[in-house]
Amino acid sequence: MSNSPRDRIFARLHAVSEQISEYAPQTVCMPIETLSQKEKIEKLKNLMEAVRSEVHIVDRSTWTKQLKTILMARDVKNLLFAPETPIGDRLVNERREAPDDWPELIAYREDIEQFKERLFQIDAGITSTIGGIAETGALILWPTRKEPRLMSLVPPIHIAVLEANKIHNTFCEVIQKENWPGNMPTNVVLISGPSKTADIELTLAFGVHGPKELIVLILKD
Amino acid sequence: MVDHHRFDFEENVSRALSDKQLRNNFKFAMGNFILKRQSIFSDEIETEQLRALGHAIKLHALSKLPELLEKLEKKCIQNGIQVHWAETTADANQYVLDIMKTHNATSLVKGKSMVSEEMHLNHFLKQHGIEALETDLGEFIIQLNGETPSHIIVPAVHKNKDQISKIFHEKIPNTPYTEDVEELNAIARKILRQKFYEARVGLSGVNVAVAETGTLCLVENEGNGRMCTTLPSVHIAVMGLEKVVEKLEEVPPLLRLLTGSATGQLITTYVNMITSPRKAGEKDGPMEVHLIILDNGRSKIYIDPQFRQTLQCIRCGTCLNHCPVYTRIGGHAYGFVYPGPIGKILNPQTEGLNKAGILATASSLCNACEEVCPVKIPITEILRRIRNESYSNDSTSVLDDHGCKRNVPECFAWKGWEMMNTSPTVNSFSRKMLGIIGSKLPNVGPLKYWTRTRTKPKFAVKSLHELVSKLGVDNE
Repeated sequence: MSNSPRDRIFARLHAVSEQISEYAPQTVCMPIETLSQKEKIEKLKNLMEAVRSEVHIVDRSTWTKQLKTILMARDVKNLLFAPETPIGDRLVNERREAPDDWPELIAYREDIEQFKERLFQIDAGITSTIGGIAETGALILWPTRKEPRLMSLVPPIHIAVLEANKIHNTFCEVIQKENWPGNMPTNVVLISGPSKTADIELTLAFGVHGPKELIVLILKD
Repeated sequence: MVDHHRFDFEENVSRALSDKQLRNNFKFAMGNFILKRQSIFSDEIETEQLRALGHAIKLHALSKLPELLEKLEKKCIQNGIQVHWAETTADANQYVLDIMKTHNATSLVKGKSMVSEEMHLNHFLKQHGIEALETDLGEFIIQLNGETPSHIIVPAVHKNKDQISKIFHEKIPNTPYTEDVEELNAIARKILRQKFYEARVGLSGVNVAVAETGTLCLVENEGNGRMCTTLPSVHIAVMGLEKVVEKLEEVPPLLRLLTGSATGQLITTYVNMITSPRKAGEKDGPMEVHLIILDNGRSKIYIDPQFRQTLQCIRCGTCLNHCPVYTRIGGHAYGFVYPGPIGKILNPQTEGLNKAGILATASSLCNACEEVCPVKIPITEILRRIRNESYSNDSTSVLDDHGCKRNVPECFAWKGWEMMNTSPTVNSFSRKMLGIIGSKLPNVGPLKYWTRTRTKPKFAVKSLHELVSKLGVDNE
């Protein structure tokens, strides 16, 4: 027998597992309740609002107007965005046309090592989502090279854009339909609301370490 | 012999029972958790389906555990995650220390991890001049006060708001006294943000590890877990080897069971799925991810088919919330990292009966834990088995110190009991003797102990058997 902890652990486990016959569960996903798009939007909105997310259903062509109002109401001085993405390009264009209507736009271009100091001073960040989950009320964030992970975590306000036609019935459904096992990225995050805790006498408090506010813009055609 | 020196459970229990504040805090919190769980699992049929599924997934994973662990290791390595195997907590601690040293890091930010508690990692690192900072709010509070978690999900549940206000005021320099939860929260946020900003190494636990993709899944509400696993340039994840499942599609039902059982949530604020360190061109995330897989007695538990079911546990803590004993004595009285029903079956198996066997006696076998367990661990059956093994002289037993409570007078007494109930002559004679002297037995020895909280039995002069045959009823 080898002397490494790994070999010793496996020797013990294998000695036992050889005597166990494999136990195969019959179904893995729970039966999926199939909802219409309208119902899915409604369910996701209700569940996410119940955990203090702010959800707006907006028109695809005019959503930036709504965004402007949201930013102004909160007196957001600067907004972190992902350059060279559909959302980023649109924001840059809109601000070019009407610079006074918009806060300063900050592009996440450098590596975190150089960008960290700046990142921790930003008021709000806007990201895309690759979809939503109606069953539990959650957004699916799939960070990329252009849209890094910390955008949805460090700024105190997180604004997420969700396409209405990308809301799935269940988490299980999206894993199977989109073949997640075949292409898992560095990181996937499901987000259902702003950061919260109930560690002090079970009293809910929001904005512990992550964003204090989560604002969801659901884009409809 | 049973070792009473290191750990006096009975003393702990009576101290906890007489602490009114502690009992109020637990009563309030546990009652609340029971209601929250009910609100999520209100549909009985669906809940039973889900529990059956959770049970099946874990049973499946355990039936091919080494194969899945090998697959997990292979996938992780392919993805760029470095895998370390720790046979003992000492091994695991050493891996963490070595990684810290390689990066010349003197402080560590930690997300909530029960395995790191099992390792007593903070204490170990402190001895080597490294500060380990808990960042989960509950863990942060108790670390300030030099305590350990009293609950595996809500570690500071034994403290109420006033007590926490005092801790903040006394332990954090220049902090004015406040009982406002929002303000307390803001104080912690400010301190910990700075720590996240500075940290070079972050540590987390793992809720589920997926073999087919090499993905580590973490659930949390605060965002500190994401901070610890995204900001520092090194992420160390620690997990018990039983946390692996085969497929990604097994994750949703398990997480649904975990969050519903633990905190009565449909889903946590964040479900964080990590599959690799930062790839070329990515702008953030750790450059290195290390996965430390801990055995610490688990492979021994794995041997016995009945005990093996302990390894199905997903650490939701709902058995604690529903336990009438835990609710009255709280987590610290148990004296081990894992308290409550799961601790009563886990600690005796990993620590041996000498040290931890007494925990199994702290149950009325009411079965509440088993009824709510999301993966259907037969907790009470295992409790009874552990109790029996404390007296067993079966040399094939896998439990350390089995038979540690076995003693000559008790064996003798049970032998007598056996004869009394198998030999008609002895039975008749001893029954008659009991009728005469049974009620006059002096209150000493075991009888004194027994009658401390019970009424002394009174023996009838004539047995039911005699009375009935006197009435002329046939024997058979």
